[in-house]
Amino acid sequence: MLVKVAVNGEKHEAEVEPRLLLVHMIRETLRLTGTHIGCDTSHCGACTVLLDGRPVKSCTVFAVQAHGHEITTVEGLEQNGKLHPLQEGFVAEHGLQCGYCTPGMLMTGVAFLKKNPKPTEDEIRWAISGNLCRCTGYVNIVKAIQHAAAALQGGA
Amino acid sequence: MIPAAFEYHAPRSIGEATALLARLGDDAKILSGGQSLIPLMKLRLASPRHLVDINGLPGLAYVREEGGALRIGGLTREVEVEESELVRTRYPLLADTCKVIADPIVRNLATLGGNLAHGDPANDHPAAMLALGAEIVAVGSSGERKIPITSFFTGPLSTALRPDEIVVEIRVPAPKPRSGGAYVKMERKVGDFATAAVAAQLTLAADGTCEQVGIGLTNVGPLPIKAERAEAALRGKRPDEAAIAQASRLAAEAAQPEADLRGPVEYKKDLVRVLTGRALRRALERAQRGG
Repeated sequence: MLVKVAVNGEKHEAEVEPRLLLVHMIRETLRLTGTHIGCDTSHCGACTVLLDGRPVKSCTVFAVQAHGHEITTVEGLEQNGKLHPLQEGFVAEHGLQCGYCTPGMLMTGVAFLKKNPKPTEDEIRWAISGNLCRCTGYVNIVKAIQHAAAALQGGA
Repeated sequence: MIPAAFEYHAPRSIGEATALLARLGDDAKILSGGQSLIPLMKLRLASPRHLVDINGLPGLAYVREEGGALRIGGLTREVEVEESELVRTRYPLLADTCKVIADPIVRNLATLGGNLAHGDPANDHPAAMLALGAEIVAVGSSGERKIPITSFFTGPLSTALRPDEIVVEIRVPAPKPRSGGAYVKMERKVGDFATAAVAAQLTLAADGTCEQVGIGLTNVGPLPIKAERAEAALRGKRPDEAAIAQASRLAAEAAQPEADLRGPVEYKKDLVRVLTGRALRRALERAQRGG
């Protein structure tokens, strides 16, 4: 089947089998390997991308379902050579160790801060409860999101 | 993990969808949010030859009160129910439930209709809807029918839905004054199925006795359970600590859990007793506050 999607603002077309998962289309057909596959059973959130602005686990969506929709992956966060404030936050607060969960954390975090620009710590922990970090670096991930919230509030 | 090959259909109207489903029969599965079905397909526990994707059907995502009932469209995402001001203020049992289903990302796609139509006794909405006395509106190739929630679940992963029927709406009776509800879930981690969970809905009479009581149990039997003897024990009574303790014991007796990684039978039954008490106390508090 022909699937037409906009990924990070760029239009793509691909002929795919209906059973192809969105994450495989992103990684293997479009060669955007920033999106990771972790548990492959919709638990870990490493494969989180934005589908029309909403975080979804791309290992649990078929590529054909994305036909006509907009996808944002971690590659789409950097704009004009400048990292997204949340990416800056992860750098500043040491929000990653092995980095495997980071793309998913970033996508969840970006969508969350749009919805809730001034979150409490509890709200942040709630928001990322579908993203697992097996280095258990949650403390710094929370700090990174707080860092970005402050930066975005300051108009940075 | 790659699912078995299937043919994909994306109908644009309910009529087109039900005609397709009628033609394909048991070879087809409906793809709604896909958050239960796709994992099952990836694990090859389900290998439907056809998928009928209903996400393109218009007008099936809404949350509104009308004609004395809360009406939720079958394609409404959990997140939309969770964030609904109407649900938060008037249907606290439902608000509690949505917050503990899977995780926030899964709830962006998962639908209420799918959660119920999947017929999994480990899902959270079935017990909540049993406690609330909901009604399922289904449309098939021969028209629309309403199915009371008490006759909706027919076996593990089976419902009263015919192969060509789609859940188009869930109706929950609007709460009378002095009503309150709560859902209390014990889970090992976010995203896990409940070790056990209890839904309780209460309406108090003017004299403070229980006029209506609904108690539903999650993941402690082959079907979602309505704890009818526990409900009867409270009806017409003042919900004091003794009455709540008695109802909680009866709810534990109604549970038919199996031992698994989440715990042995005795533990799960006692958990139902404790959670029923918590759910009833919280429901009562909310009923006394007026919702």
